[in-house]
Amino acid sequence: MASNVHDLIIMGTGPGGYTAAIYTGRANITPLVIEGFQPGGQLMITTEIENFPGFPEGIRGPELMARMREQAAKFGAQFVGGSVTDVDLSKRPFLLTLEDGRELLTHTLIVATGANAKWLGLESEDRYRGKGVSACATCDGFFFRDNKVFVVGGGDTAMEEAIFLTKFASEVVLVHRREEFRASKIMSLRTKKNPKISMMLNEVVDEILGDGQKVTGIRLKNVVTGEFSEHTCDGVFLAIGHSPNAGLFKDQLELDEQGYIKTKKHSTETNVQGVFACGDVQDTGYRQAVTAVGTGCMAAVDAERFLESIRG
Amino acid sequence: MSGKYLAATDQNFKAEVLDSDKVVLVDFWATWCGPCMMLGPVIEELAGEYEGRAVIAKLNVDENPASAAQYGIRSIPSLLIFKNGQVVDQMLGAMPKNMIVQKLDAQIG
Repeated sequence: MASNVHDLIIMGTGPGGYTAAIYTGRANITPLVIEGFQPGGQLMITTEIENFPGFPEGIRGPELMARMREQAAKFGAQFVGGSVTDVDLSKRPFLLTLEDGRELLTHTLIVATGANAKWLGLESEDRYRGKGVSACATCDGFFFRDNKVFVVGGGDTAMEEAIFLTKFASEVVLVHRREEFRASKIMSLRTKKNPKISMMLNEVVDEILGDGQKVTGIRLKNVVTGEFSEHTCDGVFLAIGHSPNAGLFKDQLELDEQGYIKTKKHSTETNVQGVFACGDVQDTGYRQAVTAVGTGCMAAVDAERFLESIRG
Repeated sequence: MSGKYLAATDQNFKAEVLDSDKVVLVDFWATWCGPCMMLGPVIEELAGEYEGRAVIAKLNVDENPASAAQYGIRSIPSLLIFKNGQVVDQMLGAMPKNMIVQKLDAQIG
């Protein structure tokens, strides 16, 4: 029986999960890494990463993640494809059920399940998803050659998507619900300077319009004047932030009001001993690849210490 | 078990997909699409597992824009299931393998 119990399972393969795997692998813990729904995480759908230290020339997201994976494998991390569909953290060892029904037991667990793009929650958005509505410009921009598209959002992701889309679209309109952008100065400036991008501020999306087959326009509401306006367009790209992938832990780990896993200050410990969280699933403030790497390392060290303590 | 998938093109689409007497799964993809690259190995596994029972195809949208436009593809990866020349089901994004299997099996019957 004991031989079937893993010392450590890591859920997730973004920068946090891979870093935890590199550190624990190097410490001879042999982590089992469950790759999850989107192996490689959110960086798999980005283009160039310009701010990851050590890559002055920039590096493509998928390439960075492939390298992290290779580094984790080099130190003995083992990978399992697919997702976890159920967890039981109420008894020890912890029990995880995979989508194919397989059950895994582990003494410690690192949750690095990340976050995913948020949707507006409109029925029309759902109806036209894949028919003009998208949350991934790098995936879908190609299909909007010489088209007019709207990008919704005010953070760095929205700026990146808008700039990326100018490679294909004839016109990009950036819609933001506030007057000010949350994006970094450098990204805001680049966006403002781009001749193909125009901005509509203090506007929220009221409805995505279509002909039943595809998107044909968008209806906006001005939050200052309350006025509605309709605009023709071929695509609507959403970049309105992310929500943490912590639904699986709802009744088992302490989450905050927004659904992020709560961790103790200066640590990755959750309210269940032996369960640690790192990366975007617990990061309410920074959500960078580099901070995920940082907390991934912390989770590895915390898990290692915990394993030592239970072994006595 | 990884198998040989059909490389669907604008030229062979009618003969190999629409006129096929088997259920055909077509993965619309491109090299610059991260989620497509993640889904690729799953499609190749399916090609092996469904050999003789269904046709598993990949269509590169860069090289075959006409077929992608014909089916209104505006997001990839998109998986379309064809039966007797008609689209009978479709999936958007990098789906887990078991969901693709369920949808394929439902059409194969």
